[in-house]
Amino acid sequence: MGDLLTGAPAGQVTEIDSLLVVRGICRGESMELTATTTIRKPVPEVYAFWRDLENLPTFMAHLEEVRSTGDRTSHWVAGAPFGKDVEWDAEIVDEVPGEKIVWRSIGDADVPNTGTVRFMPAPDGVSTEVQVVLVYDIPGGTVGKAVAKYFGEEPHQQLDDDLRRFKQVLETGEVVRSDGAPWGKRARKEFPQRPAQPLSDSELAKGADE
Amino acid sequence: MRANTWAGRNKVKVRDVPDPTILNKRDAVVRITSTAICGSDLHLVDGYVPTMQDGDVMGHEFMGEVVEVGPGIDPDRLRVGDRVVVPFPIACGACAACAAELYSCCENSNPNAGIAEKMFGHPVAGIFGYSHLTGGFAGGQAQYARVPFADVGPLKIESDLADEQVLFLSDILPTGYMGAEMCDIQSSDVVAVWGAGPVGQFAMDSARVLGAAEVIAIDKEPYRLQMAERAGHTPVNFEEVDVRSRLLELTGGRGPDKCIDAVGLEATHGSAHIAAYDRLKQAVRLETERPHALRQAIMSCRSGGVVSVIGVYGGLLDKFPAGAWMNRSLTLRTGQCHVQRYMKPLLQRIERGEFDPTRIITHTLALDEAERGFELFKNKQDNCEKVVLKP
Ligand SMILES: NC(=O)c1ccc[n+]([C@@H]2O[C@H](COP(=O)([O-])OP(=O)(O)OC[C@H]3O[C@@H](n4cnc5c(N)ncnc54)[C@H](O)[C@@H]3O)[C@@H](O)[C@H]2O)c1
Ligand SMILES: [Zn+2]
Ligand SMILES: [Zn+2]
Repeated sequence: MGDLLTGAPAGQVTEIDSLLVVRGICRGESMELTATTTIRKPVPEVYAFWRDLENLPTFMAHLEEVRSTGDRTSHWVAGAPFGKDVEWDAEIVDEVPGEKIVWRSIGDADVPNTGTVRFMPAPDGVSTEVQVVLVYDIPGGTVGKAVAKYFGEEPHQQLDDDLRRFKQVLETGEVVRSDGAPWGKRARKEFPQRPAQPLSDSELAKGADE
Repeated sequence: MRANTWAGRNKVKVRDVPDPTILNKRDAVVRITSTAICGSDLHLVDGYVPTMQDGDVMGHEFMGEVVEVGPGIDPDRLRVGDRVVVPFPIACGACAACAAELYSCCENSNPNAGIAEKMFGHPVAGIFGYSHLTGGFAGGQAQYARVPFADVGPLKIESDLADEQVLFLSDILPTGYMGAEMCDIQSSDVVAVWGAGPVGQFAMDSARVLGAAEVIAIDKEPYRLQMAERAGHTPVNFEEVDVRSRLLELTGGRGPDKCIDAVGLEATHGSAHIAAYDRLKQAVRLETERPHALRQAIMSCRSGGVVSVIGVYGGLLDKFPAGAWMNRSLTLRTGQCHVQRYMKPLLQRIERGEFDPTRIITHTLALDEAERGFELFKNKQDNCEKVVLKP
């Protein structure tokens, strides 16, 4: 798709693109992503959903599973986009109920990372503003390559899309699917998509792991 | 099942595709009894909306019988066997946009919101059969359709009104009505409507229902202007007269109080060199629209008036008369229709006989004849105004 805002053909870097790119800052080996959204649910509910870290894989594309291993510790398993067999342990290092959660990977994680999420009541009196900052230390080798490829040229978009699904799950109950993007979590990666026509039985049987 | 699909620029094709199934808990599957071809479909076929793909099932105006519901649907809201009209924007009912009844801006119904956001600054709702930019949802020119958030959109029809009387609640009747409603019509208002296509006709009828003193229809197709005239509106043929002068004549030199653009990005222009200017710029992507009707509406509207835009625009346009708009205190209002907002009240108006939606139907064809339907509608053959397809 060309860029309609400038009439520039696809691939050319436009002003808009470069503005967005600076939001995923690469400093040496470490990459910082930020994104924010507003969810029409009260702060305690939004906070509680995130605090149950096992919920994260329902909307974060790069996660397969998060398992609680203690009150503040958890075990994280990356999904296909991060490459196979990437797992790490994490601990919550700071939390203020209804305000923020800060966590970081512990031990020798393949992709050392930290995360901060903040919750603030929105001015409308019913919604919650959610702000997320993730920092990854990108390693060398195949894992580093897979991670870099996953984030691509506009790394913040992955997190934007994660938060969009977070909002869908909290506001509507689940990640919304279409015929063109039937597997929810990977919509943007699949562009151009399968046509907007119903799935065949074999596509349905194969599911998201095709 | 059989379905009409996009097969590249200027090509639609009825093909066999898989039957839809439930993908989300709040889905329903509808067996379609009537569906229609819309001016918006022409923008897709003519290649002005990006992210269409070969095989996309088209159509966003449809109704039928619920044959399956997902486990998340409250049976008090919708059950198998219900007869429903389905609104074209897909809306979750729970986000801030839905809470404000801005259903076509729903924040949750478009799985490709990220792409739409890049193009429009903020994302837009999912729409049936209307490109991947609006979600990649299979459309309703088919025997069956999957309807997401089926507990929010579909309107149950419990009376014995014929399909033809209620089908257009899916889009064009609410769209025309919203076009008129955005004009804040007063009883002294003269309302001019650009485009005497199906949407324009309903905008005219709505302006009348909302109390306008006079309604003017602008188009170039004599049969469409005659149709408007039979409904009591005043025709102006832009190929025969200078529109601005004629409008001044009809309004004692004031200009219409309210102007509605029901044409959109594929307008034609009475003057060949101006038409050629925009067609060329559009072809080389220097602008994506041919905004003749919009420019003319802004220039014609009386100072302090409202220009209400329901014709579709998709990107950027050139030579927007910002000076006229700003210096003469014009109000510009627009939107993809928030159909869910209007379905119930408009159904009541149909039941009371205030609207006769059937008056625009000129052709009823089998779904398998969709290709011919598009020909007739696009090329204005055989006095075609609106095509209804029967799956
Ligand atoms: N806002 C919404 O939610 C919404 C919903 C449905 C349709 N639409 C849009 O409304 C528009 C009209 O839809 P339709 O189904 O009536 O389409 P249509 O193509 O049948 O009608 C358009 C009419 O405009 C006339 N026209 C062309 N150039 C003109 C000009 N310069 N001045 C006056 N008239 C001119 C054409 O001759 C034609 O009769 C389309 O852009 C469509 O995409 C918007
Ligand atoms: Zn339509
Ligand atoms: Zn919504």
